[in-house]
Amino acid sequence: MTESSLINIAVTILFLPILGFIVTLLLGKKVKKIYYFENIILFFSLAGAGILAYTKLSLFHDTAITAEFTWINLGNTPLLGEIKINLGIMIDNIAALMILVVMLVSFLVHIFSIEYMRGDPRYNRYFAYLGLFTFSMAGIVLTHNILMMYMFWELVGVSSYLLIGFWFEKKSAADAGKKAFIVNRIGDVGMFIGILMLFTTYHTFTFDEIFAQISNGVLPFNSGFWMTVTGLLIFAGAIGKSAQFPLHVWLPDAMEGPTPVSALIHAATMVAAGVYLVIRVFGIMTSDALVVIATIGALSAFIPATIALTQNDIKKVLAYSTISQLGYMIMALGVGAFQFAFFHLITHAFFKAGLFLGSGSVITSMHHEQDIRQMGGLRKKMPITYYTMLIYSLAISGIPLTSGFLSKDGILAGSYAFGLLTGNSFFAIVGFFVALLTAFYMFRLMILTFHGEPRNKEKYEHAKESKLVMTLPLAVLAILSIFIWYTPNPFNPEQGWLLSKGINTHEQYIPDNTRFDFLTPAKEPVIQNEESASVMYSESYEEAIQESHIPTMLLSLLMAGLGILIAFVFYQWKKINVDKLVDRFNPLYKFSLNKWYFDELYDATAVKGTIGLSSFLGKFDSKIIDGIVNGVATFTRGFSSFIGKFDNIVIDGIVNFTAYLSGFIGLIFRRFQTGKVQTYLVFVLISVVILLFIFNSF
Amino acid sequence: MLHVGLTHFLVISIALFSLGLYAVVTRKNAVMVLMGIELILNSANINFIAFSKFGNFGLQGQLIALFVIVLAAAEAAVALAIVLNIYKTLANINVDEIDSLRD
Repeated sequence: MTESSLINIAVTILFLPILGFIVTLLLGKKVKKIYYFENIILFFSLAGAGILAYTKLSLFHDTAITAEFTWINLGNTPLLGEIKINLGIMIDNIAALMILVVMLVSFLVHIFSIEYMRGDPRYNRYFAYLGLFTFSMAGIVLTHNILMMYMFWELVGVSSYLLIGFWFEKKSAADAGKKAFIVNRIGDVGMFIGILMLFTTYHTFTFDEIFAQISNGVLPFNSGFWMTVTGLLIFAGAIGKSAQFPLHVWLPDAMEGPTPVSALIHAATMVAAGVYLVIRVFGIMTSDALVVIATIGALSAFIPATIALTQNDIKKVLAYSTISQLGYMIMALGVGAFQFAFFHLITHAFFKAGLFLGSGSVITSMHHEQDIRQMGGLRKKMPITYYTMLIYSLAISGIPLTSGFLSKDGILAGSYAFGLLTGNSFFAIVGFFVALLTAFYMFRLMILTFHGEPRNKEKYEHAKESKLVMTLPLAVLAILSIFIWYTPNPFNPEQGWLLSKGINTHEQYIPDNTRFDFLTPAKEPVIQNEESASVMYSESYEEAIQESHIPTMLLSLLMAGLGILIAFVFYQWKKINVDKLVDRFNPLYKFSLNKWYFDELYDATAVKGTIGLSSFLGKFDSKIIDGIVNGVATFTRGFSSFIGKFDNIVIDGIVNFTAYLSGFIGLIFRRFQTGKVQTYLVFVLISVVILLFIFNSF
Repeated sequence: MLHVGLTHFLVISIALFSLGLYAVVTRKNAVMVLMGIELILNSANINFIAFSKFGNFGLQGQLIALFVIVLAAAEAAVALAIVLNIYKTLANINVDEIDSLRD
């Protein structure tokens, strides 16, 4: 297996899904069974991704494989010199793992959808859209430059829009699609400006070349401040796509789409693209930018977690939990726990996709009932769904022996270490508190759905376990949520292949001398040399993480256990009457139930403001601009009618008068023209006599 | 005894000319018009002869008068032929009604 054959495999798995999309879309109406084609395509893509990831990690572990071609050659431009825009593919360890995760989840969701979407009038089109999404996501993962990433970034936006609004007959679904697209757009504008700033400074879009120039000390406008601004602008794209505070409002609404879509796009892969983006451009983030990123991540972890406590729609709870977990990842990147952020991305992709697919299984068996207050006692009816979802819930809560424990623990250790090094323990406190909230709301969901007495007897009677094609993906994802796949020691992820071999540390990915030292202000990039006495960030940080490993683990276990315990006390054993508690803390409950009034706030400010501005501009247009245009028209018409009258009366008058005069003169002289020779003779005589008098010579 | 001088001749000549002119202008019949022309020619003859007799010119005037008579004969022949042709085409020799020149 050579590098070029790896590139070939990468290109193949990139373009197979778009083939599936085109074929399925074109033949969808004619051939009823065409969706099998899309599924087979995905199987091959998954197989390719598996080979790719395995080969990359085992044979080409230390090198990033790139292949590029020149897309646009601007030649020797007068001001900037040689400029080429290269497109290409880069496979490093992160990309190889990510493409495997994307393809695996995508494949399982395809399988699950065969049964879940059965009977839908646009069945084949659904699979075509899934193919389009998988193609776009693979593009984001495999690209080696930020321009191509931006293109695929927008393509996932489109496919997300199409799939959220898949049941566009429902107004709420159509609105949710629109909302997702517009809110994402806000972030993407920032990202695009950031990309342009990078290009103006470095004259290239390729990640490696940008990092290389940063390590040589080239900065936008020669200032660390503008480097921070550029990094944050690009991060704005991640805020939009990963539904981070304050642009998180679209993700809960996106649950209007089919549940497998929520699992694939709005839990496992697309929303993780924001995290993936930050991982890709980690080298341009200054320490100031990283603090902002960590703060955004912490807020995004905390706010949705508090909202998820009180939501009653099973998918809404999961949606807010997704935002919260993505906030964890972003926060981890911000505090420098680079590896654990990506680790959590992978584990979260599996258990959150599983949670969504499990909720899809529940929803189908309950005949499209999504309110957990109507459920209860489903454990006996749906054992497979129950036990798989239990594993996912344990994983997301961070209970040992699950994958979630490993990655979440790493993130918490990272934020704890950050606190140790900087004295800023805000992120650690938020992290642990959110761990408590997560455990609570997940087990609230589980208990209300599966335990206790059925609250809606009629629907309960009809509920039954889903078919094999639906439970099989659940089982696969549940198995993937066990620790053993990642490390042999369930309490130390660093012994596992994934962290020791799979995910590069950021030093391997971006050498320390090309990135900003985390603890120094972003005046200039740190160039490592013998004289530098200060300990590099990475070394002290590694030590701090090692140090904080044990206390973090105990504390996070305590938090998760406490959260689960509270959930059981409240909902299983009913030791405390929840309704009374709600009454006592009614304002807080209302605040959480109404999602911190974010939608209302945005409606009142951004939406109203935009609509107000638009209607003002509309009025301006219709009154003033139209007024000017109409005024000009009226003036022109008046002027023309004056010119017309002048023409009709004066000019025509002159012409007619001339004609009339000629006619009149003609009328007179016609009298003399008798045609009689004798008359003429008389005239001659008279004339002669007159002439004689005139030339009087007598 | 009344001496007959140049003036008498000229008076007769003028009278004859005026009569001729009158005939040409007023007569309706084309033949009459022709006759008026003859009168005018003859008044001119009288003038020639009178000036030749009383002036110191020899016989030049008489000679020209002879030419005029010959010309008048020829002219009468041609003019009558024209009148005849007009009559043939229009069946009319009334000068008042022959006004196709007007068209």
